[in-house]
Amino acid sequence: MASNTQPAVVYAALKEQAVQNRDKLFEKPLIMIGAATCGRAAGALKLVEEIKNELNRLQLEANVVEVGCMGHCYAEPIMVIYNEGFPPMAYGNVNEGVGARIVRDYLTDGDPGYEFALVALEPNDFFPTFSDFPRGVHENKIVLDQCGFIDPQNIEHYIATGGYSALVKVLEADPGEIIETVKASGLRGRGGAGFPTGLKWETCRNAGGSPKYLICNADEGDPGAFMDRTILESTPHSLLEGMTIAGRAVGSEKGYIYIRAEYPLAVERITQAVQQAREKGLLGENILGTDFSFNIEIFQGSGAFVCGEETALLASMEGRAGIPTHKPPFPADAGLWGKPTVINNVKSFSYVPHIMNNGADWFKSIGTEKNPGTAIFALAGKIENTGLVEVPMSTTLNELIFEVGGGIAGGKQFKAVQIGGPSGGCMPESALETPIDFDSLTEAGAMMGSGGMVVLDEDDCMVEIARYFLDFTQKESCGKCTFCRLGTKHMLDILERITKGQGRPEDIDLLMELAARVKEGSLCNLGKTAPNPVLSTIRHFRDEYDAHINEGRCPSLMCKDLIAYYILPDKCERSCDACVGSCPVEAIFSNEDRIKVIDQEKCVKCDSCKVACPPQYAAVVKLSPPSEVAAREQGEGVK
Amino acid sequence: MGKQVTITVDGKTISAGEGEMLLWTALDNDIYIPHLCSERNEKETPASCRLCFVEVAGRPAPVPACTLSVSEGLVVKTRSERVDALVAAGFELLMSNHRLDCKNCPANGKCELQRIAKARKLRLKPKNLPILDKGLPVDDSAPGIVYDPNKCVLCGRCIRACRRSGNSILGFTSRGFERVVATFGDLPLGESGCQGCSDCAEACPVGALSKQA
Repeated sequence: MASNTQPAVVYAALKEQAVQNRDKLFEKPLIMIGAATCGRAAGALKLVEEIKNELNRLQLEANVVEVGCMGHCYAEPIMVIYNEGFPPMAYGNVNEGVGARIVRDYLTDGDPGYEFALVALEPNDFFPTFSDFPRGVHENKIVLDQCGFIDPQNIEHYIATGGYSALVKVLEADPGEIIETVKASGLRGRGGAGFPTGLKWETCRNAGGSPKYLICNADEGDPGAFMDRTILESTPHSLLEGMTIAGRAVGSEKGYIYIRAEYPLAVERITQAVQQAREKGLLGENILGTDFSFNIEIFQGSGAFVCGEETALLASMEGRAGIPTHKPPFPADAGLWGKPTVINNVKSFSYVPHIMNNGADWFKSIGTEKNPGTAIFALAGKIENTGLVEVPMSTTLNELIFEVGGGIAGGKQFKAVQIGGPSGGCMPESALETPIDFDSLTEAGAMMGSGGMVVLDEDDCMVEIARYFLDFTQKESCGKCTFCRLGTKHMLDILERITKGQGRPEDIDLLMELAARVKEGSLCNLGKTAPNPVLSTIRHFRDEYDAHINEGRCPSLMCKDLIAYYILPDKCERSCDACVGSCPVEAIFSNEDRIKVIDQEKCVKCDSCKVACPPQYAAVVKLSPPSEVAAREQGEGVK
Repeated sequence: MGKQVTITVDGKTISAGEGEMLLWTALDNDIYIPHLCSERNEKETPASCRLCFVEVAGRPAPVPACTLSVSEGLVVKTRSERVDALVAAGFELLMSNHRLDCKNCPANGKCELQRIAKARKLRLKPKNLPILDKGLPVDDSAPGIVYDPNKCVLCGRCIRACRRSGNSILGFTSRGFERVVATFGDLPLGESGCQGCSDCAEACPVGALSKQA
């Protein structure tokens, strides 16, 4: 039997070597390129290739490393250069041409290319750093700290920065102590419900039955959410370390990561990470020479949103259809194969190494008493700086959207923010001072969810938004229980009717009645939360529903059936034919004054003419209800 | 036999086997609770029809009686404003998706939906909701059995009966509103390997599967 006293010694050797190898990277200029999914979508892989070519052409020596995402997705592709003479610099929106030029100027002439730089990564006298901007002031990165700064494909980068030291600590500790620390830290599950993580672990530890299982729920599927994906792609080992610690705490030797197959890069990264951790003896049999063994297997989900619900997730892992079952029993008592099972989100597990290293009090010092720690949000929609942010709990929505996120894109007016995805709710401007935490958001009629945040502006119709999210949940309903299967279907039919201008005055009451029953009667949380977007939009934007139903008017000019395109005669330039040429159905003609007019019978409302009309004229407008066109034509004497 | 416990249902003191599901205890004591999907001798209850809600003292929301295990001192009301509203809503939803043709239906007179409507004074024809008819073809390809999926309430009893018969021809397919009881590969019953035992028809509470006259 292996001795239990040596993990620190074994780890020290691993770390020494990791540091040595990593330091070698800095012997030459180091170029890091963000190549997570967001970076790749913006062309990061082409950039990597071009940088390598450029280095070749110039006969320059430098190390090029693909890293994950540092959260500033709006500025992808992002490139970081460590070179002597200046602090490390991060550049944003680097296309191949710009990238090659920065490398050329910086590495040959010592010009760090300020004009392309986002920030410097270390305090200095030359150039601002993240903390010189509001976002940097608000952000407090714990889980995301290493994202975008280490090579996710190289375990030594993680080890060199102290990775797996928390595991070493707990290998020497009593499992009960680990649970006590997590309980004392007040960590709440980041999957959405906010259940105390320590309590879940304790229940599982005390539950009869063995083996015990650990599952990481990485079936992230909310529209606009990409927190878990980014963590898996950028710092996969923090998840593995957190899971291994949890395994030790609850007495489990087997963990699974349930990850959706639609995340191929994340699957690749985490699979590779598991392999490397095994090779280093940080995972598998007799971890770091102790008698503790823990294995992790990757399980790929097949694309059903409902499999993020834990009982459906278990069913799908056991080879049955991914359909929820009644709780209790809860997985902590009877989960996978009927055995006690802890199911936690990627983020929840990823906090654990930090809590073990820094202590429960440190974690509690961030955020609020009942909601300690940070909140990780994926900012999406009509926000200036889309990306991934990590702020202390209790940061207000206002701070998050306008200071961290840089406000609304294109100078438009803020209208609402949808938090918690299709299960959450819309919050209007009046709710912007709401602090972000599990309890305050629930109280305000939304929910924390797993961290998706979609910002909506004046051009977004709230009835259409409600319809969109309900369409999503209705299609993702498994169909098992009456309320979700039929209730969401009826609700969707009503919303579709309203967005087409066929709403009836009694529809809103019917919607609210159905919503209340579906919430109360559904079997699982998909159904129980599906009505939330409808209820919150009715609550805060009732006037938009009324305009659709009573006047056939869409105030945001978004619902296609309720708008018509119109060319303002006094703005039309007359000799310009841009709109005529852009129309795919030949609906635009010149009248005898050579003013362009749209034949409403032919128009398919494709928006092409509005886009084509030169901005200095901006003659094409949308009107609602469509009957406005005839009234305007008459008033303005258009023939 | 397990330990006996004393519980109160609608003010009535009842002695019941500990751990038994309340639904069966109530039915054994002549207290009717609407239900479609649960079966007494099956180990797991689907809890999918959502009609057997009851109120339990000390619990914030109504609970399906088919999942409520009986314990000493349990106090339950099978009727309350909240329960009635919820059951009525669930029933109306089901009826909005059930092709209503009692006069010509082989289940007429022994239909569980009719029984529920009578017991709870509910309408068979939905009042507020439009009818969502699936418009699926009726399958009479197997000798002795007619299957009208448009009447099906997806309780799953036929599937379990088919499995108990040793045939396992029927199962659920598709998701959401499209969910339907079907054979493997959606073959007509007559080509599916169905043995024609008609256990499914015996099990069906609503006349979606019936024995051919």
